[in-house]
Amino acid sequence: MTIIVAGEKKEYKDGLTLPELIEAEKVETPEYVSVSINEEFVDSGDVATTVLKDGDSVEFLYFMGGGQ
Amino acid sequence: MIQISQDDYNKILSHAWAGLPNEACGLIGGVVENDVKVVKEVYLLTNTDESNEHFSMDPKEQLAAIKDMRAKGYVQFGNWHSHPESPSRPSEEDKRLAYDSSARYLILSLMEPGNPVLNAFIIKDRTEVSKEEISIV
Repeated sequence: MTIIVAGEKKEYKDGLTLPELIEAEKVETPEYVSVSINEEFVDSGDVATTVLKDGDSVEFLYFMGGGQ
Repeated sequence: MIQISQDDYNKILSHAWAGLPNEACGLIGGVVENDVKVVKEVYLLTNTDESNEHFSMDPKEQLAAIKDMRAKGYVQFGNWHSHPESPSRPSEEDKRLAYDSSARYLILSLMEPGNPVLNAFIIKDRTEVSKEEISIV
């Protein structure tokens, strides 16, 4: 199936889970990355059980914050 | 080196002033020309912490900015935020939360009235800080 990752079309096996995609895409420090699928952010508690489907558009966003 | 236009610098400055007493934040994107990161777009985001000591970017605005950069063929260089009451250098919290080692972290200090200071930093492994030259043209 085709998954669009950060705007780029990629081929992955059917039934790919989000944790598998995170590993395949070598996402650094995934615990601090928000994931959106088709513009909807995935709750951190749902990441482990999320299964991707053909045509999904996935974005990985680093948390950006700080303090003086 | 990072190159930013006077207009884009003014945008950052205006957003930071408008956000006082809180910290302000945003993203920067552009193109690389002869090893110079030329900022083409400054994105003004919401500090969801609404604090003068902390900032967190709104993820929805972050996503919209990233998509806009992609559509325009820009590279996301990193982010910027203001320090209303402290110098232009990464705080311990800035370092601890610098999860993207490839990003440039621009910090605008407003601590001295009439003398804003903007510096750019690279933060590796959330500990090692090095400065990158920034030119306002």
